[in-house]
Amino acid sequence: MTAVAGEKSRVLTALDAVRDPELDEPITTLGFVSTCVVSAAGDVVVRLRLPTYFCAPNFAFLMVADAYDVVAALPGVRGVDVALVDHFAADQINAGVAARAGFAASFTGEAAGELDELRRTFVTKAMLAGTDQVCRPLRAAGADPARLATMTLGDVPASAELERLLRRRAELGLRTDPSAPLLVDPGTGSPITGAEATRHLGLARVTRTGIEANTGICRGMLRHRYAEAGVGEEE
Amino acid sequence: MYEKNGEKYFVVDSHMHFWKAGPDNWVPGAEQYAKGWIECFHAYMSLAPKETHWPIEKFMSYTEDDLMKDVFEDGYVDVAIFQPTYLKEWYTEGFNTTEQNANLGEKHPGMFVLNTRFDPRDGDAGIEELKANVERYGSRGVKLYTAEWNAGSRGYKLTDPAAYRYLEKAQEFGIKNIHVHKGPTIWPLDKDAFDVSDVDHAATDFPELNFIVEHVGLPRIEDFCFMATQEPNVYAGLSVVIGGLMHARPRFFAKVMGELLFWVGEDKMTFGSDYGIWEPKWQIEGLVDWDFPEGDEFADYPRLGVEGKKKILGLNAAKLYDLKVPDELQLKEAEPAAQDDAKLVTQ
Repeated sequence: MTAVAGEKSRVLTALDAVRDPELDEPITTLGFVSTCVVSAAGDVVVRLRLPTYFCAPNFAFLMVADAYDVVAALPGVRGVDVALVDHFAADQINAGVAARAGFAASFTGEAAGELDELRRTFVTKAMLAGTDQVCRPLRAAGADPARLATMTLGDVPASAELERLLRRRAELGLRTDPSAPLLVDPGTGSPITGAEATRHLGLARVTRTGIEANTGICRGMLRHRYAEAGVGEEE
Repeated sequence: MYEKNGEKYFVVDSHMHFWKAGPDNWVPGAEQYAKGWIECFHAYMSLAPKETHWPIEKFMSYTEDDLMKDVFEDGYVDVAIFQPTYLKEWYTEGFNTTEQNANLGEKHPGMFVLNTRFDPRDGDAGIEELKANVERYGSRGVKLYTAEWNAGSRGYKLTDPAAYRYLEKAQEFGIKNIHVHKGPTIWPLDKDAFDVSDVDHAATDFPELNFIVEHVGLPRIEDFCFMATQEPNVYAGLSVVIGGLMHARPRFFAKVMGELLFWVGEDKMTFGSDYGIWEPKWQIEGLVDWDFPEGDEFADYPRLGVEGKKKILGLNAAKLYDLKVPDELQLKEAEPAAQDDAKLVTQ
């Protein structure tokens, strides 16, 4: 492996940490990274693409800004050029991210604030969807909702799904220790008890379905729009 | 009418279009948006079976003859409901307007329902136009696209005071059905434009109106489902669900249908092809043949039988629009008696 190729994989690994906030998946595996080039001198060029010309500008901004931040934070990187292509608001987003101006300043008069609340809304959804992913095998193994409401995180066998749920709970500031309840309200962190459990699990299930259906449509649209797979794309 | 295995289905396509999206209709200076919009729609077509795909040139400018053949001759549709979308910032004559739809509809009496639209940012003039359209075309429904760009504005919410004023007026003029379509841009841009909580408020405050949430609130079906369980006058418009998922992502389609049947129910789901994005023929055939795949992940969901499919494909929409359904295509009438019996027992 050449030094430059090694640098490229280091940048791609960093980009793996950037998620589409709605779909809760890395922009790399979704196929949103169309170009990732690193020069010998340490100048990084990343181009991002989305499934449609009219994808929501707020989510697009978050992904471009996050990508910029993870690349800029890498040691040894000299120049950072991260930009969105083929999007109605690309110029505004790219200029705003390059100037580190924040969302409201990039969309003067069109936004009332930054995107922290929006991001939190979608981490909440991701946490609910993750609850379904973790609870479904437990239910298949015979645990009914009432039983799940008495379980702790430590009662759940280790799995990639559990790891992911713990990360989303941590992002929301919710407990992740083994004695913490498995089912908690994503807003307050209060345990879900008894009769509430069935409804909570239903909500978790429909939230997961929504995200998965949305992801399915986005993947189909991206494939139609671009013949070439993205850098680091996985189905 | 569609017939399969001796069962006859009355088909109402409750969401379809006749648009003009070719370069000759692009607003100078806004060509990139007009082109971007229709290309985005065309990409949705790629989610259908391959043999039904059209080249982009046809997709931009399909003809009256194409529509009549695809929707009625080949497509089994008994009555089609036009849902106009103006987008006049991008398309000189509009993308598909009430007038353009009426030009076609008036040649084929009884085959189309002519819905109109409004935009609460159009002030008094918009209310006059709405009134005139209702009087002239007999519209009983409106299509609202909340992310439409209008003189520097990137959209509106149903809870805006101006939108409430329009809803009040629409009701006064005789509108019954509000078809809501959420899109990606709306002020302020830092909020989630697809959020359906404004529909929730409006549905509570206008109990006499029906709110058909098009594309079942996709990409926010969870928010939509949660709202629809609480609001008796909220319906699920299935356009995009069937067209976008049934063929391309059958397992997700089954899950989404399962969730809708669970939270919303077969009495409040309406078929729409979203023609010209997708032809109705394969969607109707596919839905009639459809059942849940094998698997534990589908076990929680209510089943969908022949009667439910009849409701979804046409009878529910026929009720919303007071369409006359031939007797042989109605459901068999046993239920009312059973309900009376149940009442006697519980009393």
